Amino acid sequence: MSQNNTKLTEEEKRLFGELMPEELDEIIQSGLNRRHFMKLIGLASAGLLASHLIGAEQLFARAIDMEIEDLNPMAVENGVTVNFKVNSIEKKVLIDSRTTLLDTLRERLGLTGSKKGCDHGQCGACTVIVDGNRVLSCLTLAATCEGKSVITIEGLAKNNELNPMQSAFLKHDSFQCGFCTPGQICSAVALMKEAKEGQASYVTHNIRETVTGIALSDDEIAERMSGNICRCGAYPNIVAAIKEAQTGKNIEQTWLFAG
Amino acid sequence: MRPFKFTNTTTSYAAINLLDKNPNASFLAGGTNLLDLMKEDVERPDELIDITRLDLTSISSITTGTNSRGVSIGGLGKNTDAANHQLIRKNYPLLTKAILAGASAQIRNMATNGGNLLQRTRCSYFYDTAMPCNKRMPGTGCGAMDGFNRMHAIFGWSDNCVAVYPSDMAVALSALNASINVMQQDGKIRSIAINDFHRLPETHPEKDNVLNRGELITSIELPKNNFAAHAAYVKVRDRNSYAFALVSVAAGLVLDGNKIVSAHISMGGVAHKPWQALKAEAILKGKTATLTNFRLAAEAEMSEAKPLSHNKFKVGLGINTIISALEMALKGTDFKA
Repeated sequence: MSQNNTKLTEEEKRLFGELMPEELDEIIQSGLNRRHFMKLIGLASAGLLASHLIGAEQLFARAIDMEIEDLNPMAVENGVTVNFKVNSIEKKVLIDSRTTLLDTLRERLGLTGSKKGCDHGQCGACTVIVDGNRVLSCLTLAATCEGKSVITIEGLAKNNELNPMQSAFLKHDSFQCGFCTPGQICSAVALMKEAKEGQASYVTHNIRETVTGIALSDDEIAERMSGNICRCGAYPNIVAAIKEAQTGKNIEQTWLFAG
Repeated sequence: MRPFKFTNTTTSYAAINLLDKNPNASFLAGGTNLLDLMKEDVERPDELIDITRLDLTSISSITTGTNSRGVSIGGLGKNTDAANHQLIRKNYPLLTKAILAGASAQIRNMATNGGNLLQRTRCSYFYDTAMPCNKRMPGTGCGAMDGFNRMHAIFGWSDNCVAVYPSDMAVALSALNASINVMQQDGKIRSIAINDFHRLPETHPEKDNVLNRGELITSIELPKNNFAAHAAYVKVRDRNSYAFALVSVAAGLVLDGNKIVSAHISMGGVAHKPWQALKAEAILKGKTATLTNFRLAAEAEMSEAKPLSHNKFKVGLGINTIISALEMALKGTDFKA
């Protein structure tokens, strides 16, 4: 499952050289790892990446490489072999039948972007997109994913270009701690498709008629994103980011104190 | 989570036979409730039979039989697809609203229609394996009876169980008088009226419904109705979205001018099954659709409630929610405030 992430662009080499010179050799040799990524997040929250914003966006779009050994088939009770696509790459994994999609992504495929918040389907931090629809990976058994296509936060960027929803979240500062963010973004990306198709929500007026290409109001976004909890309370910023990604126009935050 | 064997199957009959072979096996559909309960060690199957690939997902018009001109919904179709299908949105907006009032977009994308009917109570004493619960372990007692019972039943409970049934979809199906088709052990289909499908706890709270072991929900049939233009689903909860109901009301009015030909009212969050407001329906039949009559009917319905120590608020809330739902139904399903 190893991917070659060591091919840094000249711009990225310069950036890493400035930001974490002591790790530059390691990054060039063996790729960007989790520790580097955490450091980047720290630098980002301290505002130190601001002057490098274009390069930083590319860095966040990079997948982190992790080497994880396959399980020994003899040591697995109730083993199930699953063939499925993760971020457009064919994967074959042997898992214990109890393994959720979330644990498979995180522990077996090294994709730690999807987060384990509650592990009981109450917070949405583990949201991924399966065959085009947003689902909770913590309540999905990986064994049921045979032949399916899974998109995680790591698969949204294309060729080091962030997905417009990711860019909108960065622009609108739609997070504080960032833990719920991968789930929020995957959820919001799938929401774009649902709105395009004209899927209704509990607050949609005139549900007897299907209107495609729904322009989402603040109320509609709040209702449709209610499965993603943000305990930092970045909701106004999240709503603004989703509106901006949907309309392609600059959006100002609108919010009121609870009356 | 305890270990279990994972088994695939491709036909309904094969699925039933597989379940028959192992008394500790369970069907796995959307898994949104079952997986959670397995993580909590409340459900302990040693085999899961994956039925998600069975061909039971279609939604279509019914052309023959008692529900002719109605609509059939596949038991293993997803909640999202049922809520958004043109036939449902146009003819059964009450069902669309109720489904969309439940859970979150992610969960509705996973949960199946049959699974929704079979979801178990969210009573915290049922979930907590350190607590007594006659539903989880018959004979151990009811923790909620003298415990924290704010979320619990005000109708139809027994000394053995005061839990409420959590589905929103089923409350709409109750008002729509749906029927549930299930495949029996012999492969034949039997039909169960939705209002006979779930049961009151009585002396056997461990049984949520009248399904026999090994039966599989194949479809839900919605009879034709003539209140699509005057229907409302009102759900009151602790937060505005993604929470279970304190009280919910599904209401449909068949009107002749300002006269009520018939009223169809069911409640959620108040009993061990969708609660048909039969008293209110009887009072409203033939009356004019006025706020005074709505209040009379709602008060009569709630007069027989038997609240517990922490949920007396549900009586007044029930009255107001019935009135709100009836007012919204009268204004019209398409009414925009």
